[in-house]
Amino acid sequence: MIQVDGLTKRYGPVTAIEQVSFGVDPGRIVGFLGPNGAGKSTTMKILSCFMPATSGVARVAGYDVFSQSLEVRRRIGYLPENAPLYPDLPVRAYLDFVAEAKGVARGARRARVAEVVERCFIGDMEHRLVGKLSKGYRQRVGLAQALLGDPEVLILDEPTIGLDPRQIAEIRALIKSLAGQHTVILSTHILPEVSMVCDGVVIINRGRIVAQGTEDELVAQVFPTARVELRVRGPADDVAGALRGVHGVIDVAPLAARDGGVGFLVESSRDRDVRGELVRLVTARGWSLIELHQVGMSLEEVFIRVVAGEEAEGAAPEAPEAGGAPAESA
Amino acid sequence: MGWRAVFKKEIRLYFASPVAYVVFSFFLLISGWFFSQIFLFYSDASMRSFMQPQFAQNLSVTENVMRPLFTNLSVVLLFFIPMLTMRLFAEEKKSGTIELLLTYPVRDGEVLLGKYLAALALFALLLALTLVYPGLVSAFTRVEWGPVLTGYLGLLLTGATFLAVGVLVSSLTENQIVAGFGAFGVLLAFWIVGWGAEWASGNLRAVLQYVSIPEHIDGFSRGIIDTRDLVYYVSAIALALFLTLRSLESKRWRG
Repeated sequence: MIQVDGLTKRYGPVTAIEQVSFGVDPGRIVGFLGPNGAGKSTTMKILSCFMPATSGVARVAGYDVFSQSLEVRRRIGYLPENAPLYPDLPVRAYLDFVAEAKGVARGARRARVAEVVERCFIGDMEHRLVGKLSKGYRQRVGLAQALLGDPEVLILDEPTIGLDPRQIAEIRALIKSLAGQHTVILSTHILPEVSMVCDGVVIINRGRIVAQGTEDELVAQVFPTARVELRVRGPADDVAGALRGVHGVIDVAPLAARDGGVGFLVESSRDRDVRGELVRLVTARGWSLIELHQVGMSLEEVFIRVVAGEEAEGAAPEAPEAGGAPAESA
Repeated sequence: MGWRAVFKKEIRLYFASPVAYVVFSFFLLISGWFFSQIFLFYSDASMRSFMQPQFAQNLSVTENVMRPLFTNLSVVLLFFIPMLTMRLFAEEKKSGTIELLLTYPVRDGEVLLGKYLAALALFALLLALTLVYPGLVSAFTRVEWGPVLTGYLGLLLTGATFLAVGVLVSSLTENQIVAGFGAFGVLLAFWIVGWGAEWASGNLRAVLQYVSIPEHIDGFSRGIIDTRDLVYYVSAIALALFLTLRSLESKRWRG
């Protein structure tokens, strides 16, 4: 539904994005993830036909965003960063204008506007001026205008920014409910949001795509081994030796001692959960187990690893560990 | 149609913000003052013509009331029109709403048309309100309506040209003050450029005279519709709107 190929955008000497390529299948929700200034908004501005790319191709619903802009614009709903709206119009009048601009048939306008008003929970604000709304309501009006016209593709730039926790939950549920009939690409820097809402993830950093896939794929890609952190009261060398003997364990690295126990980072192959065996081993030997938990499996860890890895690569070659997790100083 | 949506939105915004009210109030206040002064002067002159009948033959309403009124109003427009147009594109650029407007399935030409026609409609309404003045005159004396109508046509064309220039300048900046003063500057320049014709000769003189705005207003207020004047206004409007469209479209291809 969205196909981006080798997209590059330069503002004079500054390169905002370089050789960005990714695809989104119909009916999927993809999260566009990256630190501030990574190029998320630039990519979305190009996809929404607001701004041309310096080079590369982007297609939405099979139409080129540059040469078939009008066809693309008939099929997208766009929520730009910070939801720019007309402050002097009442919410209802504003949405009427959007419905007409998007070519919603005259007879259907009233019903369509009422529908998005209900979906975005702005019914009680219909007659207020947009400029008098709180940030959260403004954001929801922005989302409502994107949904008008029932577009196939939704491009949402930070849709939950400025909302309170309850509103965030409502909007996430709303976006999730769009899956299937709509293709959604949303940018965010809130990592759990992606896990909760999206089917797939594209991570962008300093204008380049550094990873993409489903969350599980990314975790498997970045962390090829499962890792368990474990603390035991017992003789360090014996414990390490015993742990190495467990079937499936690939490596055991010592961690700093704490709480009167010795710590180890145990790496094992992904397809084998060694936690149960580790517990049995430790207790059978008469050592006491203080702590045991799995590490480095969340999208957050993936993001930090991928983005920090990039930064370290580009910044200082003599400090390869800069920004890396201190736990794995093996 | 997309332009209708934009047109309605712009009209709403003119009246939702104080812009329309402020411009209307002051324009009517100032034009009313001009009218009353001109009319008082005229009635005073009519009184005196009782004593000295040789003056009476010069006392035509068209020549002594409507013509100076139209000339004065066209000068007032020079100041007021930029205030109507300055927000049209500059405000949308500044607030970022242009990003949504240009990503709706509405052609750039329709966006421009909607905005221009909204400003033009507002101006036409403003002009229609000044019809009170010839109406008042007709309560006291006979008015030749032909020259009044051509005079209004002249004002309408002048205003439409000013609006087109204002829209063009507004599309070039995101600063409303720059848009307002820029338009005023351009219009003033075209207003006074004709003065140079006094000292020029040959082709230069002809060109300076032709591009000068006041040269083309006068005929209308005397009841003359000259095709040269019509061509001047229509081509100026077309050129300004064409350049505006180019400046809008350039957003789509300029890297």
